[in-house]
Amino acid sequence: MHAHAMAPVNFAVFETIILLLGAGALLLYPSAIFLSNKKHRKWPYSRYIFWFSGISAATAALTGPLFEMSHENFTAHMAGHLLLGMLAPLLLVFSKPMTLLMRTLNVSAARRLSRVLNSRYGQFISNPLIASVLNIGGLYLIYKTDLFTMMHSSLWLFALVHLHVLLAGYLFTISVVYIDLTPHRYSFMYRSVILILALGFHKILSKLIYAEPPQSVSRQEGETGALLMYYGGDLIDFCLIIILCHQWYRASATKRDRSSQSYHIS
Amino acid sequence: MTGNRFSNHSYSARNVWSGVLFGIGLMALIDEIIFHQLLQWHHFYDDSTTQVGIFSDGILNAFALFAVVGGLFMYADLRRKHTVHMLKWIASVLIGTGSFQLFDGLINHKLLRIHQVRYTVEILPYDLAWNTAGFILLTSGILLLIKSKHRQAEE
Repeated sequence: MHAHAMAPVNFAVFETIILLLGAGALLLYPSAIFLSNKKHRKWPYSRYIFWFSGISAATAALTGPLFEMSHENFTAHMAGHLLLGMLAPLLLVFSKPMTLLMRTLNVSAARRLSRVLNSRYGQFISNPLIASVLNIGGLYLIYKTDLFTMMHSSLWLFALVHLHVLLAGYLFTISVVYIDLTPHRYSFMYRSVILILALGFHKILSKLIYAEPPQSVSRQEGETGALLMYYGGDLIDFCLIIILCHQWYRASATKRDRSSQSYHIS
Repeated sequence: MTGNRFSNHSYSARNVWSGVLFGIGLMALIDEIIFHQLLQWHHFYDDSTTQVGIFSDGILNAFALFAVVGGLFMYADLRRKHTVHMLKWIASVLIGTGSFQLFDGLINHKLLRIHQVRYTVEILPYDLAWNTAGFILLTSGILLLIKSKHRQAEE
């Protein structure tokens, strides 16, 4: 990519910070388990596997060989984005970080956190529609404007865009499937429609990139990258669909067994 | 056959929904796996693809991916509640597959020109075979559904 050659950005500092953050995250989770186990029921250690894999997926996208390659190779870039924006969030949500955080904090801090989650802002961004727009809309901005070229010549912009990809991907995942603590709940039908639309627009964007890749990407690289985006996105959204439908399946059994309508959260 | 006295109107409709959704998803999967990936007759994109085509194809395929999973979970729910009406469900699957095939053949291939059935060959026989297959699936589904309604009325 010539943009990178024109304005060389030193990614060594960036990679070091990511590694430190990743290592910190890997240590924080078991510390929280240790602290909260004193007051609460034993936290299943198996959930650490999800946290570990999720943090690893995100770190692998932003450091090391795949990251090196992603500056020159659009397909590697796309593989990194799948890891960071889709796979990492899906893995992380299964480790239920919000539930763990809530039981680790003392009462007043937990109350403050729940006030933030219940705030109008928290309610607004956890609406599946808003979360999808932040997630998929952000991708349109990256690939259909000059942002893609620009972020490769500014470290701050690059860091900001990738932070957004991870956070928006996570927000989207928790807005569609309710695995962790979820204050605001929406119906299965609404979440299904939003999930279909989000997946649809992800597919549309892949085809638009296939037809016309970002300025600094060659046509052939754009095509393989777009195919990876299309089918990789399918694979992870397929998992989301199965989880959502399975949650519907469990909830509709509850309706039959008890007269009241309730959702299973385990 | 597990269709029985428990089935009432709403479960009857659910059998149809479950079957149609699964059918749509199934045909989309067949289209993707056989014609895109294995035979590589269909192209991911060709230069005649319209913007509307990219748009509608994206939404339709996302819906179909959801439908194959959702349809099967609905079927599992019907089984759990002993309300499966097998003939009706199969008829609905045929209706789903047939309508997807016809929609794909007429709207996607011809009207929106997303891609053709096959390239560098005389296309007409392929289009005819494609849409005839869709038509046969759809009509046999409808006929079977009518038959299942008669059978249900007799019970």
